[in-house]
Amino acid sequence: MDETLSLVLFSGTDDKLTAAAVLAVGGAAMGRTVNVFLQYWALEAFRADRIRKDHGAAPEAGPEGVSALARATERGKSQHWADLLEQAKLVGEVTVHACALSMDLFEITKDDLDPMVDDVEGVAAFMADATGPIVFI
Amino acid sequence: MSSTAITKSIDARGMPCPGPLMSLIGAIREGQIGDVIEVLSSDEGSATDIPAWVAKAQHEMVDVIPEDGFRRFVIRKAR
Repeated sequence: MDETLSLVLFSGTDDKLTAAAVLAVGGAAMGRTVNVFLQYWALEAFRADRIRKDHGAAPEAGPEGVSALARATERGKSQHWADLLEQAKLVGEVTVHACALSMDLFEITKDDLDPMVDDVEGVAAFMADATGPIVFI
Repeated sequence: MSSTAITKSIDARGMPCPGPLMSLIGAIREGQIGDVIEVLSSDEGSATDIPAWVAKAQHEMVDVIPEDGFRRFVIRKAR
């Protein structure tokens, strides 16, 4: 059996979420089971009422990076990370789990989250499924 | 130039990585065994991704033809 790919998403900016979603698509396409664990700002970005809003870019982007990203979007070179994750779910075994602690911290309930989030999970359950590399983004 | 008859052609030129691969996967899923699918892609990632996926998914990479500013990938659905 192929190794799993476990993606821990911490950052909630669009660039980092897109980078993570691309890895999820690649892992799923190549037959890996992909488990995504949402913590902190990434979890916030998956709120149903915010998922399609502008989540900005990581600090290292700077003003030039932000303009470069805007130009890429204009050239049609940017897919929304939520669409990429949906594609990943279509081509392979991809599950998205909300970290129980982060849910508590930010007083989020399952109903507040986009339906793409499959369930709320504790960290031990996430680790139990992680038989391959864990990537923290 | 391959003389294989193309069942379906996908023009994915201009699409960013991993779009062309995802279009191919969709077409393979919808197709019948033996179908020959052609993907036109200008994405550099496709050059590595499409052959890697085709091998992993056990289909047949019939041809990769360099064209002006893009590549023409020809894949046969094997299962």
